[in-house]
Amino acid sequence: MAGASITVAETPLVRYLLRRADDALILGHRLSEWCGKAPMMEEEMALANMGLDLIGQARSLYTYAGEVEAAGRDEDAYAYLRDVRGYGNLLLVEQPNGDFAATMVRQLFYSAFIDPYWRALMGSSDATLAAIAAKAEKESAYHVRHSAEWVIRLGDGTPESHRRAQEALDGLWAFTGEMFETDAGERSLIAEGIVPDPEALRAVWLESVAKVVAQAGLTLPQNAWMQKGGRSGEHSEHLGHLLSDLQYMQRAFPGATW
Amino acid sequence: MSAALHDSEALRGEVWRVAGAVTDPEIPVLSIADLGVLRDVAIVDGRVEVAITPTYSGCPAMNMIALEIELALEKAGIGPVTVKTVLSPAWTTEWMTEDGRRKLREYGIAPPAKGGGRRALFGEDQVACPQCGSTSTAELAPFGSTSCKSLWQCKTCREPFDYFKCH
Repeated sequence: MAGASITVAETPLVRYLLRRADDALILGHRLSEWCGKAPMMEEEMALANMGLDLIGQARSLYTYAGEVEAAGRDEDAYAYLRDVRGYGNLLLVEQPNGDFAATMVRQLFYSAFIDPYWRALMGSSDATLAAIAAKAEKESAYHVRHSAEWVIRLGDGTPESHRRAQEALDGLWAFTGEMFETDAGERSLIAEGIVPDPEALRAVWLESVAKVVAQAGLTLPQNAWMQKGGRSGEHSEHLGHLLSDLQYMQRAFPGATW
Repeated sequence: MSAALHDSEALRGEVWRVAGAVTDPEIPVLSIADLGVLRDVAIVDGRVEVAITPTYSGCPAMNMIALEIELALEKAGIGPVTVKTVLSPAWTTEWMTEDGRRKLREYGIAPPAKGGGRRALFGEDQVACPQCGSTSTAELAPFGSTSCKSLWQCKTCREPFDYFKCH
């Protein structure tokens, strides 16, 4: 039964790698859902390109998780054969695309965090992680720039685009706190100098986002209450639907190839 | 012993020549040697190991390039071959050869600005039109036909063109 679900023996490093890979894969999948529906040809290309970058980053992280777990699993096993509760991505990235404003605000929230995060991870004592980060950091820099430009254009655009951009900010804000969350396992990796402390990037993230929001003429939400659960597998109902789409082929036809 | 060493060096050079001539499937005028994608050739216990590095994490051309390398070496009677992907050091457009830059320009793609990198990413880009050479150009879209390119237009000759982004 190659299509049956797998359970991963999670050491702190494997769990860490899967969480970061899941963030990239799920957001990449969300962006791919825009294919054929983007508001204009240029955005069709941009969204697909950013999605491709993210899926590429996920592949590197899953492949490394396979080496560390040493249970003979490849990138596809982690992506296609884990159930929804086994996924450790942020709730933010699994949120539905909504309208174009929601997609761009979600992208800005994530990119403004992950871009300095990759830069910090380049200093990892783990050479493979440092190499993956060095590659990803060049890509995330373009994603921050692109999503920031759109949020500014939408906020500073028509009353309708302004209203929608503000709704997206308000609606997604409560999902941003999770980016800075760590558990005991991750804190042990931080203490060993293998990964950076995301909490140390909170100020940088907030400054980048606040700058864009101000330039867009939008209002930064102030509510402090934050959603959480994604890192421990407690997801919104949206992820299960996404995975049924993502995993269907390998579950129905185990080991199918092109 | 020294004859074997000599043979192995000669084989390495031959592999480098054959593998390096494989072209990028998306930009057929550029070889992987021009791009700096071909990183290393080693002979380990009689096996040929070729190391390549991706331009972008999700570059779909990598599988194709690996396959083309295997085919090219097989055709040259060299084998067995393993093609592996290395991530470090991360590929940069700085590795593109001068010859590669010239070929890109002639093909109609503006080559990446030298010494660009992050400054070019956030500063004012100035990209010369590969058709007429004018520097009066504007970016139409930051993401182009492939991950490594953005779409520009020349304000002088009005031609749209691809720009190989700094990376």
